[in-house]
Amino acid sequence: MARSEPLLIVGASHAGIQLAAAAREQGFDAPILLLGDEPHTPYQRPPLSKGVLTGKTAEDQLALRGPDFYREQGIDLRLGVRVTGLDLATRRLRLEDGGQLDFGWLALATGARCRRLSVPGADLQGVHALRTLDDARAVAAALGASQRACVIGGGFIGLEVAAALSSVGASVTVVESQPRLLARTFPAAMSDYVADAHRRRGVALALGCGVRALHGHQGRVVAVELVDGRRIDCDLVVLGIGVQPNSELAEQAGIACDNGILVDALGRSSAPNVLAIGDVANMALPALPAVPGGPQRARLESIQAANDGARAAATLLVDRPQPLDAVPWFWSEQHELKFQMAGLPAPGDQAVLRGELASDKFTLFYLRDGAVRAAHTVNRPAEHMLARKLIALGARIAPELLADPSADLKPFSTPLGLRADLFHGAPR
Amino acid sequence: MPTIHYILKDGSTRSVEAKPGASVMETAIRHNIRGIDAECGGSCSCATCHVYVLEADLPRLPPPDDMEDELLDGTASARAPNSRLSCQITVTLELDGLTVSVPETQV
Ligand SMILES: Cc1cc2nc3c(=O)[nH]c(=O)nc-3n(C[C@H](O)[C@H](O)[C@H](O)COP(=O)(O)OP(=O)(O)OC[C@H]3O[C@@H](n4cnc5c(N)ncnc54)[C@H](O)[C@@H]3O)c2cc1C
Ligand code: FES
Repeated sequence: MARSEPLLIVGASHAGIQLAAAAREQGFDAPILLLGDEPHTPYQRPPLSKGVLTGKTAEDQLALRGPDFYREQGIDLRLGVRVTGLDLATRRLRLEDGGQLDFGWLALATGARCRRLSVPGADLQGVHALRTLDDARAVAAALGASQRACVIGGGFIGLEVAAALSSVGASVTVVESQPRLLARTFPAAMSDYVADAHRRRGVALALGCGVRALHGHQGRVVAVELVDGRRIDCDLVVLGIGVQPNSELAEQAGIACDNGILVDALGRSSAPNVLAIGDVANMALPALPAVPGGPQRARLESIQAANDGARAAATLLVDRPQPLDAVPWFWSEQHELKFQMAGLPAPGDQAVLRGELASDKFTLFYLRDGAVRAAHTVNRPAEHMLARKLIALGARIAPELLADPSADLKPFSTPLGLRADLFHGAPR
Repeated sequence: MPTIHYILKDGSTRSVEAKPGASVMETAIRHNIRGIDAECGGSCSCATCHVYVLEADLPRLPPPDDMEDELLDGTASARAPNSRLSCQITVTLELDGLTVSVPETQV
């Protein structure tokens, strides 16, 4: 029997909608109310920094669900509604317009917002962040008139924007304060590969140098000044310097937070009946085959984390709890390169390259105590899918075999295949 | 407008009018066809938009490119000779009547 307390979800994006959909699919039959502060029908974010900027993806391709979905599923979707307060004792939400709403279950799926740059000139016209459809529209509109763009931040979003802008003819410089790109995710070899891949396609990089100020003329940005005094002339600036979780509602209510709302592998926060999912949640990681050395929890900013976290939370609503057990994965597109990342590498992992970096088609596997724990692939979707299975199983594969592109890894991807480690070194 | 037929898990068929230029996956999402998850939104990264194309319709489709072919190796339900990723099939007038069935599971 489904527990029949009404569910109220704050945040109508990837995580919130997946939770509503998964709850219905699993048989939750109490009322579901889904609140979101953006005015648009819920849409996909990943294309915003990819096809939307280049015009390859039209806005009418972005909808997360068809227009009739919410009515058909009995989900009461209210847009343009901002929640401003949460009272746990009375189980009541306060809305910006003065209204109040009671809940039985509450799911916080409030996501994250872009960090702002705190240097002089950061509020000039022509300076944009990229999180929402409105942001993407603004950047796309500015792009038409732009000759020179400067992207501040060499993370995934910044690099996707750089690739998109350069593919439609803008000259682009990426400024990154770390000495290498994607330093939090990638080891040096991958960072160097990515830097080279962008340079080869005409994107200029300024690495290892922070921004001191943005300069303007008549209120519009005209240059970015770096800490070392260099000046990058530009008429468009896009910030990709990371996000911070929208966890204020939870914090003010006294719910445990630390870089996001702390939740277990079912999405449960420290407050009864309050769940958190998606980018706002700092979630316990699934108990994949125990290999020491990995993190216990993480706030993952990915579609996979939003979807799988929501599915796990939905099982709780119907009293058939099944904690998150999916391997984390993430993708990115830059130029014609498809990056797919699976698992979470840790410092000290043994990196094993399969294929050639120069061919733009390869996989970098990460072994910890002999087991496959993570893999980064470029233009190798089949190896990415295989890697997800290997990681889930904690497969042990000899590095020589992993590094040999002609060796068949599939036998390792079934539970039975785990026994293949007995045959290491045997002739194939 | 071309019609696409989706055979659902329970064996029933949903027939919907598709916009030429949209993918078979986008058409499914717009019409809330259950069983097509499409987590990556059509960027050929997730393999959760897997469908089986009616054998008789296969000759009407251009074959999968390398990227789709590789990703098809990782579908959650078994890959078959008529497996395709619905995000990689663009609806055209010639595809009127295309029939695809959704697999048992996508994740
Ligand atoms: C440009 C871009 C490209 C991306 N590309 C990829 C990619 O290629 N692959 C990938 O895996 N991930 C990608 N991501 C990340 C992915 O989009 C996020 O992980 C995902 O959107 C998280 O979903 P969410 O529902 O948790 O949060 P969000 O999508 O941030 O949604 C939260 C929603 O809640 C609303 N909200 C917040 N506070 C309140 C309040 N108090 N009251 C009412 N509503 C509120 C917000 O306005 C927002 O609409 C990308 C993100 C961006 C921005
Ligand atoms: S929607 Fe992800 S591969 Fe088709």
